[in-house]
Amino acid sequence: MKRALERHLNILDFTLASLLRRKAKNFSLLAVYLLVVFMLASLQFFVTALKREAAIILSDTPDLIVQRLSAGRQDLVPVGYAEEIARIRGVTQVRPRLWGYYYDALNGANYTVIASDDPMVAPSRAAVGAGVAKTRNLAVGDLVPLTSYDKTPLMVEIGSIFPHSSDLIAADMIILTPEDFKLLFNFPKGQATDLAVSVRNPKELSTVAAKIADRFPDSRPILKSEIQRTYQSIFDWRGGMTLIILASALLSFIIFAWDRATGLSAEERKEIGILKSIGWETSDVLLLKFWEGTVISLTAFLLGVVLAYGHVFFLSAPLFAQALKGWSVIYPRFQLVPVVDAYQLAVLFFLTVIPYTTATVVPCWRAATTDPDAAMRS
Amino acid sequence: MRRSLQYLLLTGAVLALFLSLPLHARYEQRHAGTVLKQLRDLHVTDLCLVTEARYTRHLALADRHAPFQEHPLALEHFPSGSLILPNISRGAAP
Repeated sequence: MKRALERHLNILDFTLASLLRRKAKNFSLLAVYLLVVFMLASLQFFVTALKREAAIILSDTPDLIVQRLSAGRQDLVPVGYAEEIARIRGVTQVRPRLWGYYYDALNGANYTVIASDDPMVAPSRAAVGAGVAKTRNLAVGDLVPLTSYDKTPLMVEIGSIFPHSSDLIAADMIILTPEDFKLLFNFPKGQATDLAVSVRNPKELSTVAAKIADRFPDSRPILKSEIQRTYQSIFDWRGGMTLIILASALLSFIIFAWDRATGLSAEERKEIGILKSIGWETSDVLLLKFWEGTVISLTAFLLGVVLAYGHVFFLSAPLFAQALKGWSVIYPRFQLVPVVDAYQLAVLFFLTVIPYTTATVVPCWRAATTDPDAAMRS
Repeated sequence: MRRSLQYLLLTGAVLALFLSLPLHARYEQRHAGTVLKQLRDLHVTDLCLVTEARYTRHLALADRHAPFQEHPLALEHFPSGSLILPNISRGAAP
């Protein structure tokens, strides 16, 4: 046992010395390998954590949202629809929702304005998200002039500001009373943006949706499960940028593995020839190459994953933030709760470490089984 | 100290860090704050991921063709549109 351990340690010593002899080549290889693992692991951590947040936040989503379409575009829903939908068997509540978008010409930001009866808002007193407060440099008690749709200013006092921890829900939100909302948008009476429907038995949701669609042909019911599914398939691997990141990472990895698998350099063949001529056995040479592959790939994998974890959960994923930010003026701070999916990490391990180590050993096996003299002369 | 032992010690340290990630994640999940009641009562349908376009701000409520509705010859031009897929699971209306 001790002898076997000593043999491994000796070979590892030799491997490290051999790697350090070609310092520049091997460090650059390690750096690129680490970058590939880092990007893939960061993406995986980011998407998994977002999906978890989405599942928690969207558990409060209404069972059914009913929109109205007019000429192929979403239009306001007459509140009269709500009364008729409430009569459908199984429907427990229908709530007309008032919400819309407000473009702030001062900074070019788009706010989501929502009407609520919650006591946190009162006439001319609003609650705003941390993103809104930051872009407009607002504090509790400040007065904000909003320009209504009939061009009269609506002065609103900031009653409360949501903390940054709720950015994923409310970063761009302004919450007003229904009266202030209607004043701001000059909203027509008896209309709502959409309807939130509650159904007693979740199994009846699709039946209720079908009945609504049948009774109101211009309506579009959206099920809670559809909303949740949208966020479970978010950043799907087929989506533009995600595909580019994955493709470039995998392509660079294939280039590595291809480079290793297609053969050894003359110097490496010579080294194998010399080792065999001084008495190394084929198994020793293979062990040497196995350790060479393992040192590079295992170090890159472990460091890449640990750095990706720090990047996403401690630094709020600044690399992805730039891509996601786009032209947004208000941008939420991604304070994600960490999630580690062992299965996905295992997949990443088997996609990176195993193929690379195999690709290192196989060509060496071919060289190590040839005559040392031929190997040195090649 | 032998070079191999130095390497194994370093790898052991990184491995310990790696193995502690799930423990840290579980700890953080247990101590994560809950969503404010006022925000829960809003029954939101979407996450605030990007705010540049309507159809990426309210992803679940947007049509598949919403990016092309801005004007008759509009092309999808917001950067986030290339990142986030629209809701494609809907069987009924577009």
